[in-house]
Amino acid sequence: MGFPHPSHAKETPVISRYFGDASARTFDGWTKRGGYEGLRKALGMTREQVVEEVKASGLRGRGGAGFPTGLKWSFMPKDVTKPHYLVCNADESEPGTFKDREILRWTPHQLLEGCAIGAHAIGAERIYIYVRGEFTVEHKILTAAVEEAYKNGALGEDVFGSGRRIDVVVHRGAGAYICGEETAMMNSIEGKRGNPRIKPPFPAVAGLWASPTTINNVETLAAAVHILQRGATWYKGLCLGNPKSTGTKLISVCGHVQRPGNYEITMGTPMTDLIFEMAGGMRPGRTLKAVIPGGSSVPIMTAEEIQGCQMDYEGIVAKGSMLGSGGMIVMDDSTDIVYQVMRLAKFYAHESCAQCTQCREGTAWTTRILERILAGHGKPEDLELLLDLADNMTGKTICVLSDSCAAPVVSAIKKFRGEFEAYLSRSRQRSMVTA
Amino acid sequence: MSATDIAYRPVFVGDGKAKLEALFPKYPTRMSCLLPALWLVQEARGWISEPAIAEVAGVLELTPAYVKGVVTFYTMYHTHPVGRHFIQVCTTSPCNICGAEDVVKAFLQHTGCGELGNTSPDGRFTIIEVECLGACGFATPVLINDDFIEGVTPERVAGILQGYK
Repeated sequence: MGFPHPSHAKETPVISRYFGDASARTFDGWTKRGGYEGLRKALGMTREQVVEEVKASGLRGRGGAGFPTGLKWSFMPKDVTKPHYLVCNADESEPGTFKDREILRWTPHQLLEGCAIGAHAIGAERIYIYVRGEFTVEHKILTAAVEEAYKNGALGEDVFGSGRRIDVVVHRGAGAYICGEETAMMNSIEGKRGNPRIKPPFPAVAGLWASPTTINNVETLAAAVHILQRGATWYKGLCLGNPKSTGTKLISVCGHVQRPGNYEITMGTPMTDLIFEMAGGMRPGRTLKAVIPGGSSVPIMTAEEIQGCQMDYEGIVAKGSMLGSGGMIVMDDSTDIVYQVMRLAKFYAHESCAQCTQCREGTAWTTRILERILAGHGKPEDLELLLDLADNMTGKTICVLSDSCAAPVVSAIKKFRGEFEAYLSRSRQRSMVTA
Repeated sequence: MSATDIAYRPVFVGDGKAKLEALFPKYPTRMSCLLPALWLVQEARGWISEPAIAEVAGVLELTPAYVKGVVTFYTMYHTHPVGRHFIQVCTTSPCNICGAEDVVKAFLQHTGCGELGNTSPDGRFTIIEVECLGACGFATPVLINDDFIEGVTPERVAGILQGYK
């Protein structure tokens, strides 16, 4: 449901059904709502059967990459000679995205149940849940839920009498966006700087402490609960036409809409329904200017491009952007695109781990050039320079932070070039615009 | 031995030591306990000093240079003392387009901090801009110590500060 708003008729609340309902937060509250049935069912199945069920559901990673979850789980070695680990990525910090926070604070047991299902599927005895440092409230709620789950036998040395051992450790981050990148996250858990690692080796081969590891997003694991509970066929049926994108997706809608919040949609829902109906559309007197549909790292879309755009992995790619994490930033006609692109570049410059030259230098110089354009000191060649920089920042680094900085810059110059040129020709000044 | 060494009171004694040792079974290596151990130091002392870095290095069998490298990577660890109330205002794009910079201005104005990163003359407040707090639908979110406050507007700032003496 569109927390903090009531559920909208066009939503399909599965994961978000109990957002805002504090009584669903406890072990008893979750159990009364059918909680832990999915886990009990999974424990009665073999590892392989659980993986097959999730494969059949069509579930894809909800953190941004959209990789098929069951397939990812199947990469984990079958012979457990070394410890296997599951890492739950609760380092939500992609600008525009605030869905995992609601799962954590309203239904922590939904996440723990999903984690335990995932652990069973990959043969892991230990799960690390990496919660970003700034989520102080969510950290407390989750820690309390872990304690309760142990007391009630949902975690521990003999989960629900199955003989299966599953432990959870809540690991608190300390302020670093890059730790949301899976290999940086593993380094951070190991007590290191959050520098991403070169792949291969992939985590399933050599992850945490060089042992087989799978990293899944909070929403992905929460979805697994319902797939186990209600079956892959039901989940796969939640789809409006494109069989490659199934199930529901939480979309965080923020920015210039009347009802910002999280809306859970069936994959394939029109983007215009989401913005103009569920989120209530623009503020009075304002018109839509641009949308960044999948967290700040994806290309910006114009108001024309969102027409006819289906909200699923392939639907948004067809319109030149990406579903990403499902964090939608909506901007109306009061927005200064140049300033906001600078602000995004500044974000990436601040969050670069500085390992790779292209990223360390590229994000900083991109910011600096945009700042000088905004200050009225831009040079005629600056746009070409920004595009050249972006080219050097794309596909050339250990992780994709650098690419993520380039995407909004390139797309904004392509689609809103006039606004950049107005600054360059000095016909526009920062003081003339509002946001 | 310098004066600061003499004045330093270790964190990992008594209760602090028990908290540290409770971490050990959760991780297969001592090094992995570094982030939680640094949190314990900051909770106890408010910031992470050079002698504290040396203490953490000692208990986790690491070197001070290594620990310092990690401390300085993560923005939430304070390497210098901050005000009694540490205020973090999100100003990344989604909040920015909803007026976050005016919220920052209001905090600066009402606290006497003057500029970002400064501590107010009475030692009460330090304010920083923080990158995306992950609550974009509740613009503007502000973190004061461990209190996560949603939907802050410039008009609400004075009232909010009343709660932090």
